[in-house]
Amino acid sequence: MMRIEIVKRPQHSALFSALSPFIALLLTLIAGAVLFSILGKNPVSALYSYFIEPLTEVWSIHELLIKAAPLILIAVGLSVCFLSNNWNIGAEGQLIAGGIAGSILPVVFPDFQGWYVLPLMLLLSMAGGMAYATIPAYLKVRFNTNEILTSLMLVYVAQLFLDWLVRGPWRNPQGYNFPETVQFNESAILPAIWAESGRAHWGFILALIAAVIVWFMLSRTLNGFEIKVLGRSARAGRFAGFSAGKLTFFAFLISGALAGLAGIAEVSGAVGQLRTSISPGYGFTAIIVAFLGRLNPLGIIAAGLVLALSYLGGEAAQISLGISEKSARIFQGIILFFVLASDTLIYYRIRIVSRLSDTALKGA
Amino acid sequence: MKEKRINGSETPLLEADKLTKIFGTLKACDEIDLKIGTGEIHSLLGENGAGKSTLVKMLFGALQPTSGHIKWKGEAVTVTSPAMGRSLGIGMVFQHFSLFDALTAAENIALSLDEKTPLDTIAVRAREIGEAYGLPVDPEALVGDLSVGERQRIEIIRCLLQNPDLIILDEPTSVLTPQEADLLFVTLERLRSEGKSILYISHRLEEVRRLCDRATVLRHGKVVSQCDPRAETAASLARMMVGSDIHVIERHPDEGAGLQQSLLVEVNGLSQNPRGPFSVSLHDVHLSVRGGEILGIAGVAGNGQGELFEAISGEVLQERPGTIRIRGNDAGRIGISARRKLGAAFVPEERLGHGAVPDMSLTNNLLLSRHSTDRKVFLSGGALKLVAESGLASAAKRVVAKMDVRKSAENPDASALSGGNLQKFLIGRELDRNPSVMIVNQPTWGVDAGAAAHIRQALVDLARSGSAVIVISQDLDELFEISDRIAAMVHGRLSESVPIKEMSRERVGLMMGGAEHAAPQASAGVA
Repeated sequence: MMRIEIVKRPQHSALFSALSPFIALLLTLIAGAVLFSILGKNPVSALYSYFIEPLTEVWSIHELLIKAAPLILIAVGLSVCFLSNNWNIGAEGQLIAGGIAGSILPVVFPDFQGWYVLPLMLLLSMAGGMAYATIPAYLKVRFNTNEILTSLMLVYVAQLFLDWLVRGPWRNPQGYNFPETVQFNESAILPAIWAESGRAHWGFILALIAAVIVWFMLSRTLNGFEIKVLGRSARAGRFAGFSAGKLTFFAFLISGALAGLAGIAEVSGAVGQLRTSISPGYGFTAIIVAFLGRLNPLGIIAAGLVLALSYLGGEAAQISLGISEKSARIFQGIILFFVLASDTLIYYRIRIVSRLSDTALKGA
Repeated sequence: MKEKRINGSETPLLEADKLTKIFGTLKACDEIDLKIGTGEIHSLLGENGAGKSTLVKMLFGALQPTSGHIKWKGEAVTVTSPAMGRSLGIGMVFQHFSLFDALTAAENIALSLDEKTPLDTIAVRAREIGEAYGLPVDPEALVGDLSVGERQRIEIIRCLLQNPDLIILDEPTSVLTPQEADLLFVTLERLRSEGKSILYISHRLEEVRRLCDRATVLRHGKVVSQCDPRAETAASLARMMVGSDIHVIERHPDEGAGLQQSLLVEVNGLSQNPRGPFSVSLHDVHLSVRGGEILGIAGVAGNGQGELFEAISGEVLQERPGTIRIRGNDAGRIGISARRKLGAAFVPEERLGHGAVPDMSLTNNLLLSRHSTDRKVFLSGGALKLVAESGLASAAKRVVAKMDVRKSAENPDASALSGGNLQKFLIGRELDRNPSVMIVNQPTWGVDAGAAAHIRQALVDLARSGSAVIVISQDLDELFEISDRIAAMVHGRLSESVPIKEMSRERVGLMMGGAEHAAPQASAGVA
């Protein structure tokens, strides 16, 4: 008789911590091949069209970066929240608040133009996201409210407010009554990185910069240390002299600012105007990205690209293989499973214990 | 009868034959032989980590041995679960009680019984047993309202209701005042006279010598001796447990030295409401300690020691600045970092999750309590506050060498260290700063004798170098060994402190029981 035990490793390997997402990806591909065979597709060509083909064409790489940018920006902010035990589930709402705040200049003051408009819009979007994230932070610190509920409920408030705004006061008077604002003027558009080859805009560069800065803060500074200490043990954090309340504000402000930035990047980079819906749920998908990246901003860059790819692959598979685009969700689930499994095995090892001696005793 | 027991001609009640338990590479129990006779109080002695708990868990069915056999009343048995242990007639009273605070004593007892018995019947039976064995408990009382001693009685009654032949008691006196312990011994002796056997786990040698018929001494998972504790001295038993002579604390005779020095820490009229349902309120606590002396605070756990610690450390702020004074500065309104900067250092009772973050490395845990006081060494980059790993690594190395911390890796997580080694590290972390005020809660709880002696000596040396030290402890031996004055805490009140020369175990026991709030010699030793 055998028994399987999970035993904590005395020290975990830094090498495998870094390799974990790649191992998980490899295992996902193997599982995907099995899945496609069961569906009666040639696994090699199916995997090719799912995961490789979107990467062979320049335009679709641009699409990948467009989808990855908000995912990475938001997930980087969420990593600060989650590491410090602040469960901000409302990034989608903060994204919308940032998108609205950032659109004030091009929508309300369309004649206000110049090189300074875009930086101001970015700052306004961050301020909007921060202001919106302050609400659940204040409720948590002041009234001990559960931030999961408040931040989530505020998502719906933001969505409805955006809907009202775009259908009402901010509707384009020359827009034939479509629920859209005016098209942003030239100086309010986030430019493309390589305009000659595709649409990918500077939002992706902003995401990379944000990831590197937050990574540096988390891994090298006392502030990052404070985040990790309070996240793991509130009592030890208090003993260290750190304030959990201040950190809650800090974490919500950072993630609110980055979600707001993602909002304006999407509005001004990818769309060019404000519509009733500006995000296909990036704020929620980013929660998965944050955990797939194991709450490490550098890992989150990879995780953001992987999740963006699974969306593109799902669309491609629907066209070329004739399978449902729901397969994208299956792949996201498989990825999540293997990354969590790899992470677990970095900290724990499985031991198989023979219970022969016990059985012998029972026989005696 | 007694002769039969000792010469072993009678079949022992329980016999363990070469019982071995291996965890990974560690042999927690290594071919342990144990014989417990009928009507015998058998002591299991050993330091922390000697394998006592593992052995008992195997006897009780909570763990399965890797190899070896257990014989119960002469027949080989495999105890597969605690339920089976109970049905054989083995009862266990744990060190940490498994009672629900929100239920009554009778309800708690009912939860552990296998068969369905009406609550009224249980209450009647519990009262009968309590009266028969000198364990008075009100079955209708809420456990949350009971003292630790009363809770222990519930555990024992619960065990006795199952009519066991063998009762295992794990460190039963660690939570009791000396007077409560005396009552427990009376009960145990009565049980013995009825022919019940008791396996008594303890590291308190005097009570083992007083109570027990036989002793089995474990060290590093092996039986090192089976002896009659009455024929041994405390010192010889200690030698068997530790394997060498225990370091005797060196104290200079100038115990009054503190009187000439200035007051370094004062608590003036500290009162505080409970902060949660299981927190204790503090009532008008006064204390003051001069440089050069150690104030020992005795008391049974849960009488406000943790709350007092957090009030002095600054984890909980006071309304008036003057309630806490550190080196002559009002500190009641400033946080723990600012109090550290005044020269104070703190070591809380709970190591993992309070004094240290379990899954963080030793260097990170060094930074935990010293980032504000040692900013120049451990942080760089000005406002960026970059963590200076090299400074931390060399300081950690210094602490490890000074306190003889044994570790398995260069910079392991705090949780990878044994309790004693982590405690040495946490005390060394503060001593490394040469604090002028140090307050330690339960400095050697769960620490083996060798490490405990090291820690006590370090605290004595710190005081003799001119610092004021407060030691909160449940271990009276420890307090008598190192304190210059002893006060006792009961129900959130602190008694006047009594100089060690005028102190006796009886007196401190009465103080811990709340009989002596204000000592007649109140002025002695207190400014």
